[in-house]
Amino acid sequence: MKKTRLSIIALVTVTIGMFGCGSPKESKSDGALNGSNAEKVYVAPGEHDDYYAFISGGFSGQLAVYGLPSGRLFKVIPVFSQDAEKAYGYNEETKPMLNTSYGFVPWDDAHHPDMSQTNGEIDGRWCFINGNNTPRIARIDLKTFETTEILEIPNSAGNHSSSFVTENTEYVVAGTRFSVPIPQRDMPIKDYKGNFKGSLSFVKVADDGNMDLSFQIMMPGFNYDLAHPGRGKSHGWVFFTTYNTEEANSLMEVNSSQFDKDFIAAVNWKKAEEYIAAGKFTTMPANYAHNIYSDSTHMATTTMGKEVRILNPADCPGLVYFLPTPKSPHGCDVDPSGEYIVGNGKLSASLTVHSFTKMMAAIEGKKFDGDAYGIPIINFDDVVAGVVQQPGLGPLHTEFDGEGNAYTTFFISSEVVKWKLGTWEVLDRKPTYYSVGHLMIPGGNSRKPWGKYMIAMNKITKDRYLPTGPEVCQSAQLYDISGDKMELLLDFPTIGEPHYAAGCPAELLETNSQKIYKLEENYHPYATKSEKDAKVTRNGNEVHIQMTMIRSHFSPDNIEGVKVGDKVFFHITNLEQDYDVPHGVAMIGANTSELLIMPGQTETFVWNPKQVGVWPFYCTDFCSALHQEMQGYVRVSPASSSIGLSWSLDGE
Amino acid sequence: MHKLTMGALVALLLSGCIDSQPEKSADKKTETPAATSAPTKDIGVGPITKVELAENIDQALATKGQVTFEAKCSACHKTDKRFVGPALAGVTERREPEWIMNMILNPEQMVKENETARNLLMEYSAPMANQNLTETEAREVLEYFRTLTQTSEEPVTTQ
Repeated sequence: MKKTRLSIIALVTVTIGMFGCGSPKESKSDGALNGSNAEKVYVAPGEHDDYYAFISGGFSGQLAVYGLPSGRLFKVIPVFSQDAEKAYGYNEETKPMLNTSYGFVPWDDAHHPDMSQTNGEIDGRWCFINGNNTPRIARIDLKTFETTEILEIPNSAGNHSSSFVTENTEYVVAGTRFSVPIPQRDMPIKDYKGNFKGSLSFVKVADDGNMDLSFQIMMPGFNYDLAHPGRGKSHGWVFFTTYNTEEANSLMEVNSSQFDKDFIAAVNWKKAEEYIAAGKFTTMPANYAHNIYSDSTHMATTTMGKEVRILNPADCPGLVYFLPTPKSPHGCDVDPSGEYIVGNGKLSASLTVHSFTKMMAAIEGKKFDGDAYGIPIINFDDVVAGVVQQPGLGPLHTEFDGEGNAYTTFFISSEVVKWKLGTWEVLDRKPTYYSVGHLMIPGGNSRKPWGKYMIAMNKITKDRYLPTGPEVCQSAQLYDISGDKMELLLDFPTIGEPHYAAGCPAELLETNSQKIYKLEENYHPYATKSEKDAKVTRNGNEVHIQMTMIRSHFSPDNIEGVKVGDKVFFHITNLEQDYDVPHGVAMIGANTSELLIMPGQTETFVWNPKQVGVWPFYCTDFCSALHQEMQGYVRVSPASSSIGLSWSLDGE
Repeated sequence: MHKLTMGALVALLLSGCIDSQPEKSADKKTETPAATSAPTKDIGVGPITKVELAENIDQALATKGQVTFEAKCSACHKTDKRFVGPALAGVTERREPEWIMNMILNPEQMVKENETARNLLMEYSAPMANQNLTETEAREVLEYFRTLTQTSEEPVTTQ
């Protein structure tokens, strides 16, 4: 013990020493531990971060909001998973958000956040993120930092190449990772080849953000892994990486890795719109949930979509082309000019970069090397722009700094490599700790990157943090990329497994941030906008309590006449109209979470009283000096009782 | 018992404030008239420095004010009796119109810097919530207060 303490002291001393004498020159070696780097990430108390990062919570199903450069966690936005802290998926208002054609699904595997864009630049209105397991796309409103819409994707399985946004937020795309029988049917798995299909979904985004499944392209039964919409000159196209063009259905790690090259599928969505307008689609029955939350009624509703328009590429010339790309490409990334399409062949040591200009010329000149299920395959040599030779092992994803440089993650060699577009030369490399997956530069997948910081999202943390049981925390690392060489500045923990992230300057968000919900604009059917309207009503064994809350009391706070076996709805309106004054509420023994109700909002929980007695409820979010006094009682009488409903506050 | 403790805590916090800022300039500007003294009006601190009241009550304005009062204020104030906060009947006779509007629009600063407001917090314990009324709405509420007859609960002090 003593020994340990001594070594800690020694370590601290060394650390302080390094801070003390750190200079930019010395920091070149590896690291993070020097004075100037500490200053670069230090955001003094009361100061704000320059950038916001929306980092996927992976298998937590959520989206986490961090400040950069501090790496501070601001908020976990519940998206695909129930969150008791905020009552998301627990209160009656948000339960419909998690409805699907499979029923209520309280979890998903959240993957790739992407922000809305205008003219190819991030505009700070919404963040989209995909659920991989039960295919869905969610939209988070960045005015409120809350999930306001979730659209299920039919004919999909493993919604992985999603949710990437075209440059005027015309569409969010969703490609299936797993091909399946479409429509689903009972058939032998071994008959996969030629019979399974992959769908690429195009979800139209309206001016108010609402999503609509516009059409699907029915593709061969490959795995559609990642995607990126064209930018600038390639606007109008979306590029999807594929693997398992072998169409294997078992021991995929071997059998899907047989071919030297798979494809990037180049989809011309403007052409697709023409085919749709010309009626060249078939309509297929479908069943998918569309859940929308309203800030006016403060509740979500589910409608079921019943059909989807299908385009078949074999019947639609010019809709899809295949670009041969080596070794099961994973990430698919387009540079800010729209000219270069980077295929990160994850089993390759080299990076293949395609040229949009060459692709268009090859299409024009019909330089094809046969076809796959009627989709033309462009000659490799006629589309490739260049190859970054041997930059590392296991390339996964690439982002851009807007200065003509690209940054690619290498999972196996655990590093980020900076290379130059056009010359394909490697400029710098820095290790990650460890096994980096995605990376993100704020705006780094758009036409206008803010090339100051890059974060690497790692798969393995090992010795970077104190041990906390068999699983060590998830983590990301922040690099300064403003100079010629990348500099590691900071490690910070994340939630779930961080897949992709999206980022932007804080000023894009703070000006739009909503402070309160106006009471006069609250159209919840059980809203109680004034204490004099508070009441309790009975309809059979359903009891509806319409209650208000304000610092620091509930009205009513004494309720009698409730009976064992009743189903009691607490509809509670927060009458506060001031910023940052939510109230919470919880009832002893209720089989649900608390509620956390924002100023001007109404939320509902259900309580099934099982025992006679007098049962307390209270405010769960410290609201004022008199917060401890913010409580009430419900008297529960036997089912046979003849006591009528009554309610009061301070005896009135 | 608990309430007492909380009250004491609030008092402690407040006295801390007073001790640490004995020369607070706002206090000087808006100081309440001492028992003996000067005819300085206590208009409070906040955006309102001058309100002109017509001789007669503007009933249309007052009606609007009543609607706002019931929606945003009545959870804590009754007109005819003490509730979470003071009864409001007669308030226009006890306080300057500017003070009333500043208390509605700027309660956080008022309880810190205005002696009358601070004494009310000591007495009632619950700090007044800022309900984000507009100046227009606060003016309407003030007009509504003019229609309320005074209560016997709090003695009227002539200014």
